[in-house]
Amino acid sequence: MMGGVNILSPCGMLGYGFPVASFLKAFDQDIHGIVVDAGSTDAGPHKLGANVSIVSRLALKKDLSLMIEMGLQHKIPVIIGSAGGAGAKTHVERTMDVIREILQEQQQSAKIAIIWADFDQQQIIKANQAGKINPLSRHIPPLTEELILHTQTIVAQMGHEPILRALEERCDIIVCGRSYDPSPFAALGIYHGMDEGLAYHLGKILECGALCAEPGTTKDCILGTLYEDYFTVQSLNPIRKCTPTSVAAHTFYEKEHPYILHGPGFMLNLELCTFTEIAEGVVEVRNSQYIPSDVMKIKLEGARKVAYRTFVLAGIRDPLLLGQLEDVEAQVLQQVQTYFSEIPKDTYKVNFYHYGKDAVLGEQEPETFTGHEVGIMFEVLAENQETANAICANVRSTYLHYGYENRKSTAGNLAFPFAPSDVEFGPVYEFSIYHLMEITDNPFRLEIVEVSLA
Amino acid sequence: MKLYEKAKILRSKNSGPFELTLDVLFDNKQAYEEVKASGVLTKEVIAKAYNIALDEIYHFIYFDQALGIKITIARKISSGSPGDRDVYGTQQHAPLMNIEV
Repeated sequence: MMGGVNILSPCGMLGYGFPVASFLKAFDQDIHGIVVDAGSTDAGPHKLGANVSIVSRLALKKDLSLMIEMGLQHKIPVIIGSAGGAGAKTHVERTMDVIREILQEQQQSAKIAIIWADFDQQQIIKANQAGKINPLSRHIPPLTEELILHTQTIVAQMGHEPILRALEERCDIIVCGRSYDPSPFAALGIYHGMDEGLAYHLGKILECGALCAEPGTTKDCILGTLYEDYFTVQSLNPIRKCTPTSVAAHTFYEKEHPYILHGPGFMLNLELCTFTEIAEGVVEVRNSQYIPSDVMKIKLEGARKVAYRTFVLAGIRDPLLLGQLEDVEAQVLQQVQTYFSEIPKDTYKVNFYHYGKDAVLGEQEPETFTGHEVGIMFEVLAENQETANAICANVRSTYLHYGYENRKSTAGNLAFPFAPSDVEFGPVYEFSIYHLMEITDNPFRLEIVEVSLA
Repeated sequence: MKLYEKAKILRSKNSGPFELTLDVLFDNKQAYEEVKASGVLTKEVIAKAYNIALDEIYHFIYFDQALGIKITIARKISSGSPGDRDVYGTQQHAPLMNIEV
């Protein structure tokens, strides 16, 4: 059992937090690196489009302080994947700002690698013209120049290669822009000469923190160890245990296929993997297969602003209205459109959501409504905030006072929980680029910064 | 017995912003094998439960090592875009729960 590469994953998302005791327990043995994922597209396109983060600066600093302190003390790299959430320039810069502050406070020097994952519109237009870009799946439309020009922020997911270069430069801290989630973990294993298939499969498991254990959570630490022809995972918190099924099941968590995983420049085939408990709570995994692609492709992500939103939350308890919600709303909308006849109907959209009655599943809801009250949310999407506000205010007042058929409650139709009732949301984004781009040269720029407090 | 009574985990999540993936996991081999052998879970049953066309089901696969079934379907509206009702896609598993197995 000698010669393993020990990788510490403190939590599933940098800034989600973790028990300090679990983290420190890892250092009972030699650790080769601390790797943490900081990115996700789970929360939708807003983070990338609006250049905002998933976690607070306070939480980011709290988690990073301990990682950097222990990393520097043990002379092992601290690697952050998809820094700042979406891994674009602003996100990376914000993470760097926090790192500088931590180093200042801890009076430490460090060699830092920054790997940028941003692409400018002209690069993408050129690649698209050359036929190097294709939709990731079949219901994503092909890219057009217009769409690219409307997309403010574009990043691509890096593989392990640029991270490997930063490790070869012996950097103390590696801040990656947008990365394929397992890549920073895999890079550390590959740097130490381990098999790519095992390194990536382990990365897939470690990137969510302790979610592969039972009870699972993203807010606790997991230790992964790579050996020549297998790897192991184990919880660093005695209240959790990895089991063969918890690890196998996590292998397919939030992936489209249970055992075929596509990454930048390769495919993982995990069909023949074995998951075995070799000691109490220690699961051994074998046979993860890495299949390099003929053509190197990276996944592009871009978000564009599509509208401005204003919304209202209210409750409806009147059974006469609940019996004809959709009809009443169609009539309300009709009246609003008539009132704003100078605003073209196709430049704005009003959506009604009935919580308690099909709001979550929409037209896919198989149950029939039997409740006595409904939480209603309606939103107006328009080309600018002022129009969204104006139309929303009109929808609200029309709805509130609408004299529907058989109405008894002539004083009003909506119970607002708040005053004011209308909430200005701001811009709304959508993923406008979610495509694969063929590359030949490495497009991810490595920058090395020495922070010296000596 | 209903599927949610037999399965240990029955969940939904985005697999990227344009797809939704459904996982049904069991904590014992017997329950998993029974469901697998029974043939009550089919693409047709899924399509009906979700009111979608068969070709909107991208994957329907049993993974024996995990004692689990994975189903991946197209999202009607991409995650977080106007009109989306479930940004993370975490409450889309419910239509599977009451299927008799």
